[in-house]
Amino acid sequence: MAEAKAPATGPAANRPLSPHLQVWRWTWTMAMSVFHRATAIALYVGTILLVYWLVALASGPETFATAQWLFGSWLGYLVLFGYTWVIFHHCLGGVRHLIWDTGRGFGPTERFNLARGTLIGSIALTLLTWIVALSLR
Amino acid sequence: MSEFDFKIRTPIGRVRGLGSAKAGTEHFWRQRLTAIANIPLVLAFVIIVALMPGSDFVTARALIGQPLVAILLILLVISATIHMRIGMQVIIEDYVHGGGKVLALLANTFFAVIIAAAAIFAVLKIAFGM
Repeated sequence: MAEAKAPATGPAANRPLSPHLQVWRWTWTMAMSVFHRATAIALYVGTILLVYWLVALASGPETFATAQWLFGSWLGYLVLFGYTWVIFHHCLGGVRHLIWDTGRGFGPTERFNLARGTLIGSIALTLLTWIVALSLR
Repeated sequence: MSEFDFKIRTPIGRVRGLGSAKAGTEHFWRQRLTAIANIPLVLAFVIIVALMPGSDFVTARALIGQPLVAILLILLVISATIHMRIGMQVIIEDYVHGGGKVLALLANTFFAVIIAAAAIFAVLKIAFGM
């Protein structure tokens, strides 16, 4: 990683650092690797929402009504829709990693099919979940 | 195992196989264990939330308080918070260096424990009807 602390002057000042994301042409596998970490951070922060909802439900009707109003707003629905996709994407990305752990799925076509499958699968599962959930309302 | 390696490392160190960090593959293995546990638990969670009938206080409490739902939620919270703590530690170790790293690692552990404690307490309170 680019963490070399080069002195401000002298011959070491202009040494190149190791290249990072910005210099590479984007590929499916690279994009899905970045997505996996990004969705991980989103899930991490998103646990606050789950805890808020559960604690509100445990606290009483008034607190819960506020939480339901928040989650029932258009912004709340947008966040929940995004969170659904994030859950599915990280879940399928994790399955991909577990497949790799067995030593399989490293071939040139397999890698790309797994990466594409992660994105396509996560979008499909998100839409399916919301179609089912909204049709039950 | 080369002759050189055998001489440098103590016999007990070789048997334990934990390396210089003294923790070996504990995080590696635990991250995979919780990942596998999270798959059915998170699917159950999505189904519970998607099928939640209406949004009023009494029905929501009745649903979350059902033994099967409460147990699944508590298992998910335990598995997910262990998983997310290890995952965030990897991210911190990748990007944060110097003194900030220790603070970030501390904050990460505190966050995971607070989330777990609050969620489990809430589910138990609802389930026991208090």
